[in-house]
Amino acid sequence: MLGGCTGCSLLYVKGKILMDFINKNLPYLLAGISVGGQYALIAIGYTMVYGILRLINFAHGDIFMVAALVFVYASASFPLYVSIPLTIVMTVILGFAVERVAYKPLRSAPRMSVMISAIGVSYLLQNLALYVTGGLAQVVPSIPVISDTIKIGSATTKVVTIVTPILTIVLVFVLMQLINHTKIGMAMRAVADDFETSRLMGIKINSVISTTFMIGSFLAAIGALLYFTNYPSVVPTSGAMPGLKAFVAAVFGGIGSIPGAVIGAFIIGICENIIKGLGWTTFSDAFTFALLIVVLLVKPTGLFGEKATDKV
Amino acid sequence: MKKLAAVAMCAALCLASVAPVSAADNTVKIGVFEPASGDNGAGGKQETLGIQYANAETPTVEIDGVEYDVELVIVDNESSTEKAPTAASELVSQGVSVVLGSYGSGVSIAASDIFAEAGIPVIGVTCTNPQVTEGNTHYFRICFLDPFQGTVLANFASESFEATKAYVLTKLGDDYSVGLGYYFEQAFEELGGEVISDTFPEGTADFTSYITTAINEGVDVIFAPTSTEAAQLIIAAADAQGVQVPLLAGDTWDSNVILNATASTTMSVYVTTFYQEGANEEFDANIKEWINSDSTNLANNGGDDTVAAVTAMGYDAYYVALEALKNAGSTDAAAVNEALWDTTYTGVTGEISFDSENGDAVRDTAYVKIANHETIAWDFVAEQGVG
Repeated sequence: MLGGCTGCSLLYVKGKILMDFINKNLPYLLAGISVGGQYALIAIGYTMVYGILRLINFAHGDIFMVAALVFVYASASFPLYVSIPLTIVMTVILGFAVERVAYKPLRSAPRMSVMISAIGVSYLLQNLALYVTGGLAQVVPSIPVISDTIKIGSATTKVVTIVTPILTIVLVFVLMQLINHTKIGMAMRAVADDFETSRLMGIKINSVISTTFMIGSFLAAIGALLYFTNYPSVVPTSGAMPGLKAFVAAVFGGIGSIPGAVIGAFIIGICENIIKGLGWTTFSDAFTFALLIVVLLVKPTGLFGEKATDKV
Repeated sequence: MKKLAAVAMCAALCLASVAPVSAADNTVKIGVFEPASGDNGAGGKQETLGIQYANAETPTVEIDGVEYDVELVIVDNESSTEKAPTAASELVSQGVSVVLGSYGSGVSIAASDIFAEAGIPVIGVTCTNPQVTEGNTHYFRICFLDPFQGTVLANFASESFEATKAYVLTKLGDDYSVGLGYYFEQAFEELGGEVISDTFPEGTADFTSYITTAINEGVDVIFAPTSTEAAQLIIAAADAQGVQVPLLAGDTWDSNVILNATASTTMSVYVTTFYQEGANEEFDANIKEWINSDSTNLANNGGDDTVAAVTAMGYDAYYVALEALKNAGSTDAAAVNEALWDTTYTGVTGEISFDSENGDAVRDTAYVKIANHETIAWDFVAEQGVG
């Protein structure tokens, strides 16, 4: 096609095509990285709870949704410097309470009972939200600075798009330090490794599990604040789709592994948006779930998962 | 002899139980089939408000010389085509004489057969998809149709913005959204324009990529006939990417939800609608007072007293139902159905009469409005026909 061009102008044309390509596709990539970071913050909650309890906490996506609702109602009566910490604290308390009320009494019950309890909590939270909001979508107030628009190359986007991946990586780094270099982190690793033995060794299982749920909920609250800055409307089912996708990300990265969940979430977020950019908008969700099936068939342990497989 | 006595006793009992009931129970039931939750919850509640206000204003009707109390039976179809038949059955079992609703064409189509089997007539208030009334004799409607609305919007885009390229974004599996998008596309292409269309699945929150596609294609207008829930997100995504071109939508977007969503943006949002606030000042003033008098009403109207077009339509629909009951001279559903064909009424949204083919409203103009960022109200732009 470009056969007639001289080497120089060929390079120029190629460069121009490349620049055009980047200009056109940068917004998709940015959206993917941003949403990937938000999925990652939710996925960590799934993967940590799974690592310790071998439980898929189906209510996690709904805790994410409740965080957004708490923020909506908190901002209605308090300024932002109160409502943001309040949202985080309330979400952490909710995560703690859910574990104490719905999972702890079932500690010695078959694993399936706990999972069914988790599904129950999920629907309970959704329906409570339906009752509180009256079924109407609530507009999430914008947080200054991160909801400002900026221009990156050819793409116009919100600051939150850039903040999300950076904040995600920082939080994951802090979390890894916590797990690898503190006493509670060591206890978590011990419990994840062998539940019964660590209990015999005198580790306070309940406080370790509560801490895990609180960390998961804390990250979900941060994720909710970022996610709903980009998509500022919350309905009772808002947590379902991000929750499911974060779960797929956790499985893809190897459930139980924190770096795995983060990398899985970024891959899913980016792929999803690139697929939309290619014009196959209808298939972007189907892709995520097809990926789940393929991973379970081909490499059930995921990218970084432990070798022994557990039936989910 | 004993048997005869038993039968006589039974008959007496029956009469005794029936007689006082029918004497005291001069009540006619009107079903309200609207979403109060789900995607269309906000709009459904506003439409129901109009019906409730009309009921508060005129709680009785004289049928064949007898004064009847009108009782509203309100059900929630949850904006879902799976839940709609259940909600419809609930109305049927309550023995309503006529049904009003629904906001959203998909649920109306889904529940149509339930009402048809029970022989209960339905007056569609703002369901604009042609399939609602097509091929049946029990579904009527008082609003204009999507082929009309789509053509109006296409004409408006091409006349007012000299648009030659449009991006149409619709929701998969939503009869209203896909239908209106299709009619717009047809009309716009007939006018010599080019259309890029995209669909999004249920539960989509991230519209960034869709807007990016629209920008990359260099379109002149974006047309997004979606629910208000998706609308908030589409407006936010478009604003974040600095979209300059006008955003058009159908009657669904005529809601204070959209006004609040556009308030802090620079987007130009245009909608077509059934009623322009201010067209009937007396009605506006009275309904505002009624909405403000009760905190539940205020919450159902989205927190302020803007009069949505769907509220005005709900108000008119109630009076059309009363007219039909008067004309039928009976509370019998079949008689009401028969009477509806010839029922006419002059409401706040204009003349209402039904054509003899499908029972569709005879309407030939729509109002175009633009969202004002400063007053957070709709400003009248033009009255647009298909000519």
